[in-house]
Formats: sequence, structure tokens, C-alpha cells
Amino acid sequence: MTLLYTEVEEELRASVRDLLADRCAPDAVLKRAESAAPYDLELWKTLAHQIGVAGLLVPEEYGGAGATAREAAVVLEELGRAVAPVPFLTSAVLATKALLVAGEEDLLQELAAGDVTAALVVPLAASPYRPLPETVAVGADGTLSGEVRAVAGAEIADVLLVPVGSALYRVAAEHARVEVVPSLDLTRPIATVGFDGAPGKVIGHFERERVLSFGAGLLASEQLGVGQWCLDTTLAYIKERHQFARPVGSFQAIKHRMADLWLDVVRARAAARNAADLLAAGSEDAGLAAAVAASWCSEVALHVAEEGVQLHGGIGMTWEHPVHLYLKRAKASEIALGTPGAHREAVAALADLPGPV
Amino acid sequence: MTGDDVASLAREFLASHDPGDRQAFLRARFDAGLAWVHFPEGLGGLGAPRELQQVVERELAGTPQLDTGVQGIGLGMAAPTILAFGTEEQKKRFLRPLWTGEEIWCQLFSEPGAGSDLATLATRAVRDGDEWVVDGQKVWTSGAHHARWAILVARTDVDVPKHRGLTYFVCDMHAPGVEVRPLRQITGEAEFNEVFLTGVRLGDDLRLGEVGDGWRVAQMTLMNERVAIGGAPVRRGGGMVGLVTETWRSRPELRTHDLHQRLLRLWVESEVTRLAGQRLREQLSAGQPGPEGSGMKLSFASLNQALSGLDVELRGEEGLEYDDWSFRRSDSVDFFGRGAGYRYLRAKGNSIEGGTSEILRNIVAERVLGLPSEPRVDKDVPWKDLPR
Ligand SMILES: Cc1cc2nc3c(=O)[nH]c(=O)nc-3n(C[C@H](O)[C@H](O)[C@H](O)COP(=O)(O)OP(=O)(O)OC[C@H]3O[C@@H](n4cnc5c(N)ncnc54)[C@H](O)[C@@H]3O)c2cc1C
Repeated sequence: MTLLYTEVEEELRASVRDLLADRCAPDAVLKRAESAAPYDLELWKTLAHQIGVAGLLVPEEYGGAGATAREAAVVLEELGRAVAPVPFLTSAVLATKALLVAGEEDLLQELAAGDVTAALVVPLAASPYRPLPETVAVGADGTLSGEVRAVAGAEIADVLLVPVGSALYRVAAEHARVEVVPSLDLTRPIATVGFDGAPGKVIGHFERERVLSFGAGLLASEQLGVGQWCLDTTLAYIKERHQFARPVGSFQAIKHRMADLWLDVVRARAAARNAADLLAAGSEDAGLAAAVAASWCSEVALHVAEEGVQLHGGIGMTWEHPVHLYLKRAKASEIALGTPGAHREAVAALADLPGPV
Repeated sequence: MTGDDVASLAREFLASHDPGDRQAFLRARFDAGLAWVHFPEGLGGLGAPRELQQVVERELAGTPQLDTGVQGIGLGMAAPTILAFGTEEQKKRFLRPLWTGEEIWCQLFSEPGAGSDLATLATRAVRDGDEWVVDGQKVWTSGAHHARWAILVARTDVDVPKHRGLTYFVCDMHAPGVEVRPLRQITGEAEFNEVFLTGVRLGDDLRLGEVGDGWRVAQMTLMNERVAIGGAPVRRGGGMVGLVTETWRSRPELRTHDLHQRLLRLWVESEVTRLAGQRLREQLSAGQPGPEGSGMKLSFASLNQALSGLDVELRGEEGLEYDDWSFRRSDSVDFFGRGAGYRYLRAKGNSIEGGTSEILRNIVAERVLGLPSEPRVDKDVPWKDLPR
């Protein structure tokens, strides 16, 4: 195992970064966020077809890249760094993992090819460690009815994967009602997904903790990318911005805050790499590593984003400057797939640190 | 040289040497190049990649080991500096007994008037033929009472700005004129000392690096110091957090919700810090310690303080007791053998020794992040004209 990046991982990073630099600059992301199509499907198809990110986690026998959580984590870092509005986390990580765990094959092939996109119909706020709210039921005729709030990536999904109890159902998107709601996170908007007697097919078991903890452990890498962008951008700004005839970055009160943020991000990188590595290996320690990375990286990404706004001064409060996109992503991600507190509670169980009796 | 080569060398060595005689065994281990494999051949190493050291440690587990507590400064700071700046004779003379622990080292850097601002130091070294005559006072010198040698920075030119007038020496702690007085610290004991240097004569062959180049040499020492303080490998849940969790698990009646939340936070922070240290070591095994090491030391200091403070609070009535206030010489920092109160008090030093946390934040901000330094008034003024 290594906590560093391999050469292959660095190459993958470079190709994703190049493409995003070209196609996903902050002003374009901002403009898109306000448009009728906040997710960038064109970009997603290019990422899927040119770089093969849609099938990273899909085994080669099903037409995927047969890569692991380590490579997916590197892609997430880059997507976080660009707050790219593409359904990688929702389709290529969460839905794909749910299919892998359920033992489904046909849909995996379609996802790997990048032509079909799926979404796991759970609230983005679902915790790996708590039962999901039971808001969808299966009728006597086998159809699904009910509603799930705050689902990410649903409006652009062709296929919806709906957990009902311990079963995972497959529902074609046209049989569902997907209502986009104004979302805190402009670059990963959420929708309410409703079913009114929608035809569905059971495709296997849904293992909530395994799937969502995998997702949370990888989300940590996206959060690392968000934090890294905020750190880099803020650093560049305070070196340039002069007040009192000095760069504001020369004031010790600010330098010390930056040093602390840097140290937090350094540790976030180690935590995220460790989670990715252990998830890739299917280690028995992967759950703990994911909980550690999720709780740490969530808080760090958010803290760096908040400090980033503050250290930009008035410009940080403007709609025009992209730092708010990162703050919104960081705040929404804090809630996504288990709050930091939920992950620390999991640490209590996994590391044998029981609470008061 | 591969891991297998090193492992077989270590096994051959073990087969032909008796670990029963500690001193002889350690000397022979040094001569076999198994002391620090990344050092050159003939100086206790094999010129091999640093990470292969762990192969040696694995093969030689259970044989006589170094006392890294007493010799921390020698191993962590003096040795890399001597290796980088010493002459061949100096390397041959000093490294072997340093590594085997036959000669203990201490660090004569800080002075009453020069701590964070080390380059202001006032201890003078004046040339006299082939010798230097040293006069001044050092303070907070850990382990000076055991030391055979010291690394010393002294001023050799008062007419140039402070960073340029320094020279680095090896100080003979047995030389006439060296007086070591214990200095009691908040834990009750005396790990550190005041050291008075009065007319101490040091041969020019004890100079390390060029005359006037002492600041650059000292940078090497300090960089290694911070790695040495922050960089030791620990297992998951080990180290200071392990001491607290042991109490936590065995004394359920002490637990509260508030303490639980704080403990979990600190456990997570300890774990991510451990992982960052592991990652840093992976990076280092390729090259040299960089300023990133300062970051590890910062985390280590604040975690140790928070955890040891939580430990005292958790213990309640027992936290009101203290194991031993007696004023005695101690050999090394004993986090594991002493009580929670001692740990709490001793950990306070973690953010002061080896560069304060404020200074380390400056270093990270300037050397890692490239932020501008604060306006300075002391850079171009001759040392003798600085306000003091
Ligand atoms: C347990 C222990 C062991 C030690 N062992 C040794 C040893 O073996 N050998 C040795 O040479 N020294 C040793 N020291 C000394 C140590 O290196 C110094 O104490 C340390 O460098 C701080 O210097 P000072 O005590 O003079 O504090 P000062 O430099 O006077 O600092 C006072 C306060 O001001 C802050 N400060 C100073 N400058 C700045 C700045 N530019 N920006 C912001 N804040 C600033 C400091 O952070 C500190 O909080 C030891 C110290 C301790 C506590």
C-alpha cells in the first residue's frame, strides 16, 4: 500500500485536469449553474468516452476499466477542484457500487460505456449508519409508490436505482416524477423523486452501509479537491491583494491561519488516500478509514471554504467570484452521506471507544 | 541494494555476533553498515535507500537497541549535521560512538537573549591560533548533564548582520570552563540546564562548516529536529491517544457525553496526523526532510496538549493528584511511565522546544506557502548595533 500517488494515477489526474481546465472554468460553471441545465452532460460524455471515467469501477469483463477506488478518488479530487457539475459521484460511484454489490451485470455494462447514467434514489443526506427513511413502498401489483427528497443526480439519470427495504429496484426514469428543487449546492443540485405506481424490477440486494460508506469514503477525496482549490485560490489572492502598503498575506494573523489550513489539508490528503487505498483493497479496516476520512475531510473542506470567503473580503461575498460555489459544495457535502458527527459515532463503534454507560 | 540484500546482510550479521554483549554488538552493527543504512559505507551505513532501515529493524528486533530518549539530540540532529558538513575525520571520530550511545550529545543553541530569534545569540568565539576561545551562556540545554559533546553555535563576527557572523562548532563538554547547572522545570524535575561557557578552548578541528556559515549549518540541524520531534512512526490508536483510550475503556464510570465527543474528535485528529506522518515518511524516504516536517511537529504539539489535558480531566479526583514533584535529574521524557499530571505539564513544552508553534507557523507560511515575511528591522544591521 502507499499513501502517495502512482504514476498511472498522476496520468489520470493530468488528463482529467486538462479537460476540466478547457471545459469547466469557473465562469462557465457559474453561468451553467443558473441555466436550465445545471448538470453538464456534454462534459460528462467527454469524460466518459475520452477518459473512461464512467466505467472506472466496473470490471473489465463488463466493459469497464477494472480500476479501483484509488483511481476513482483521484478523479474525484479533480472534479472537486473544479466543482464540476457532472454525475461521477452519483452514477459512477454510488449507483455503480450499488450494482456491483447487488451483483447486477447488464446495466453495469451500459454505465461503463458512458451512454447511460444512473442514480441511487436515496437522500444525499442518507447516513451509512442509519436505516433509510421508508418513503417508497411496493404495491400488491409490484409497482413502486412514494417519494424521496434531496436526491442528487436524478434529473439527468436514465435509470433510477431505488432501495426498498433490503431490495434494490430498477426503475426507468420516464416512470418517475423528478422535480428539481432550488438547491444550496448550485453545482450538484438535488431533486425530489416521486413514483406513482411505477413499474420496477428487483435486481438484487441493497447493502446500505457498504454502499454508502464506500461513497462517503470517496466523497472525502472530492472534499479534498474542494479544500485544495480554496487554499490555492486564497493563497494566490492574499499574495496579490495589498492593504496598508503590503500584501495582506504578509500579516502574521493571516499567515498563521493559512499555515493551519495548509496543515489541515495535508492531513486531509493522507486521510483521503488511506480511505481510498483500503476501500480499493477491500480491507476489513476500510469502514473505519472511510469514517475517519469522511469526518475529517468534510470539516476541513468547509473550514477552508469559509476562511476562503473571509480572506477574500468583499469580493468573497460577490456572486461573481467563484468561491461561493465551493462554499456551497462544501456545506452540502458536509451533510452528504453522513455528517462529520455521524462518522465520528461510527468511529466510536469501530475503534472501540464506547460512550457513557 | 534491495530489501532482500539488506535482510540477508542483517541475518548474516546476527548469525555471527553475540547480542549478549550490548556495547560490542552495537559497535559491530555500526561497522557492518546496519546502523543507519542510508548513511555512507564506513559510517554505519550501506548507502542504501532510507526506507530499507525498517528491514534491518525487523531482522534485528529483540537485539540490544539504542536509547533514543537519552540520545535523541545526537541521533536526530547532531548526526545528520555532521554527515552533511563534517570533514572526513570528524565523521570518523564522532558518528560511531554517537550511534552506539557511548558518547551522548546535547544542543547548545538557545540563550537567555536568543530563543526564537536564535541568530541574535551573543556567545562569542574568538580565534586564538589553532583554537577558539568561547565565552557565553546557554540555557534550556536538555541532557547537558549527560553529554560528552555538544553542537554549539557561537558568534565569530559582531560587525556583520546577525545571520552572517555565526560559526558552528562541536563543543567538548569536558573542557575546562564548561559549567552545567540544572534548571528545574514545571514538572518538578530538571531535564534541561543552564550551561556557562567561560574561556572554553576548542580546537579548530572542532569547527563544523566554514567560519561565518553557522546559520546555514544550524538550519540543517533545526530541520532535522522538527522531523525528529514530529516524525516517529506510531501504530493506529497508539502514542498519546492510546494512553487516554486505555483509561477510557477500562473506567466506564468516568465517561461523559461531552468527553466522548471530544475524545472522538481527538482520536480522529490523531489518526489523520499519524497518516500524514506516514505519508511524509514515504516522501522522505526518497529525499531529504523539507519544511513540511515543521507541520508534523505543530500537529504533534497541539494533539499532545489536548489529549494530555483531557486525560487529567477524565480522571477526576485522581487528576487532582501528582505523582512526584521532587527536583531530580531526568534522563529523558517519560510520557508512558509517569502520571497524567506529568504528561499534561511536560506536553506544554512541545509547543516551545524545537521552535515554538508560532515560529513554525511562520516557517510554514513563508517556506511552504510562499507568503511574504513581515517587514524586518534587523536584517541589514550589524549585530553589535541591534537593540537588545
Ligand atoms: C523542554 C524544552 C527543552 C529545550 N531544549 C533545548 C535544548 O536542548 N537546546 C537548546 O538550544 N534549546 C532548548 N530549548 C529552548 C527552545 O528552543 C526555546 O525555548 C524556544 O526556541 C523559544 O525561545 P524562547 O524561550 O526564548 O522564547 P521567545 O523566543 O522569547 O518567545 C516568547 C513567545 O513569543 C513568541 N514569538 C517569538 N517570536 C515570534 C514571532 N516572530 N512571531 C510570533 N510569535 C513570536 C513565541 O512563540 C513565544 O510564544 C528547550 C525548550 C524547552 C521548553
